[in-house]
Amino acid sequence: MMTTINAYLAAKGIYMLTLVLLALGVAGIIVCNNYMKKLICMNVMQVAVIFFFLCLGQKYPATIPVALDSAVKASEYVNPLPHGLMLTAIVVSLGTTGVGLSLLLRIREKYGTIEEDDLIRREELMNRKAKNGGNRK
Amino acid sequence: MTENIPVLIILLPLCSALLCLALTALGRNLGIIVVKLSCLASFVLSCFQLHMVVTGGTIHYAIGNYAPPFGIELVIDSLNAVLLVCFSLIGFLTMIFAENFADKKRPMLVGGACAETALLITGLLGMTSTGDVFNLYVFLEITSLSAYCLISLGGSRGVVSAFRYMLVGTIAATLYLLGIGVLYSVTGTLNMGDMREILSAGGNERAMMTAMCFLVPAFGIKMALFPFHGWQPSAYTHAEPGSRPLITGVMGKVPAIAMFRFIFCIYGTEFGFVRSFLLIIGVFSVSGMLYGSLMAMGQTDIRKVLAYSSVAQIGYISLGFAIGTPVALAGAFLHMMGHAFMKGGLFFCTGAIRYKFGTTDINEFGRIYKKMPLTCGLLTIAALSMIGIPPTAGFFSKWYLALGAAQEHEWIYIAVLVISSLLNAVYFFRLIEKVFIRHSSELKDRWQSEALELPVSIIIPIVVCFAAILGIGLFNVKLVDILLMTLEGVGL
Repeated sequence: MMTTINAYLAAKGIYMLTLVLLALGVAGIIVCNNYMKKLICMNVMQVAVIFFFLCLGQKYPATIPVALDSAVKASEYVNPLPHGLMLTAIVVSLGTTGVGLSLLLRIREKYGTIEEDDLIRREELMNRKAKNGGNRK
Repeated sequence: MTENIPVLIILLPLCSALLCLALTALGRNLGIIVVKLSCLASFVLSCFQLHMVVTGGTIHYAIGNYAPPFGIELVIDSLNAVLLVCFSLIGFLTMIFAENFADKKRPMLVGGACAETALLITGLLGMTSTGDVFNLYVFLEITSLSAYCLISLGGSRGVVSAFRYMLVGTIAATLYLLGIGVLYSVTGTLNMGDMREILSAGGNERAMMTAMCFLVPAFGIKMALFPFHGWQPSAYTHAEPGSRPLITGVMGKVPAIAMFRFIFCIYGTEFGFVRSFLLIIGVFSVSGMLYGSLMAMGQTDIRKVLAYSSVAQIGYISLGFAIGTPVALAGAFLHMMGHAFMKGGLFFCTGAIRYKFGTTDINEFGRIYKKMPLTCGLLTIAALSMIGIPPTAGFFSKWYLALGAAQEHEWIYIAVLVISSLLNAVYFFRLIEKVFIRHSSELKDRWQSEALELPVSIIIPIVVCFAAILGIGLFNVKLVDILLMTLEGVGL
């Protein structure tokens, strides 16, 4: 019984952890009230996908994909392609985070807050003001 | 030279976008002129490419001469070629339209917005022409990041909508990566054609189903399909006015092409669960067509009306996928082209009215046809096309959709198509009534000139959109023949 659980966890356990991380990220984006926290949760979610790809590329026993004299067959090296792909994904997530942070700065500048409920209240206030202004015309 | 055309179409806007800010620092208008010229060049090249594809068949281009499946490949079939012409044309029109909304006192800001628009065009053209699933992800992110920036340039509301869109859009990109990760784990390839060959050998049904569960919401969010559309109305409403026609007209369509590629070109109809997924997409699109039209009826800001009507119109496109016969797919792609010009055109009109009178409230549009005859002409023809009155583009795309649905005996789809068109009629005739019949209100004219109602750079896009909506309608048989060259083999 224990050995089957161990074998299962050794084979699939890491994917479950990745899934938990992904779910945490998405849940955080939905639940958090503060926009900064939402942005951090977004990063957690992106890291989960990076883990997922790296796990796909991993195998044992194998070595890093650098040409060695002792290893000649493809099966003796880990697959470097997922790492290459994730390098791109990391750059993209860096770009997204940068844009997100600069947007947060602008929101803070214009509304004076980055809490979602405050922000919604202020937008409603602006809507009402705009409506009253329209009626006066 | 001619064999490099597929990559030049993408590279020209990309290079000009990267150079734009440096050139703007050198001379005020230099950067913008270079970007405009590059967009025009990529439109001309895509016309030439369409001719090449129609006469010589599908083009396969290996970037950097790395042979696929190891290198990145661009695949231009007749479908891509036609859409590239439409999208690059709207991109170019938006570039010349945008200069009227620029803040002349801040040249670097104008140059930056111009560079962002060019990057958006790069991403959209790249997503349309690529034949590699990971390359598609990279172009998807280029599109999204430049769209976030352009939406955030539209004032304080724009910044908040851009941030909300960014959170949702990143979830979509993450789901897409997970989907292609699952597919990569069973096929070991990223090239679409290669993946298709390996998957069609069978035995991977479960992995394929898991991947599709990730891919449908991913594309659904990006194209603002009904239950995933939450970000869309406020983002479209508050986007930067100059680039709004491109964002609203083209940005929702390109993920739809990617969805089509995955369902019909990579998975193919022999995939066991294809009918179930098509049914799900069908339910989404039917509810979206009704919801979008009903919501649009309740709005008074013309931008909001058009944004909600986009939710409905994307429903028509995905309805074509859900029906799945070649004729219905041709209808979906015809609607993609037609709607790009209709929605783009309607936002050109909105921008023109805002430029001249500074208002976007429908109730203030009383009898502006006297002051802006050309703009109101396009507004009317685009509205009639949205409703689906011959001989405009909208009628023929809906006709092909209904024809496809009738072949498959999907009577519910036809019924919803008719109901949604009638609902469209309600709010577009209300718009036409305001423009032509309602008593005129006192609007201050911000742009006065004896000869023309508007600057030439606004009139050109309006006239081209007018011609395109009628042209797509009148030459629909020719266009559908070109589309069917590719679609014959892939439908249900």
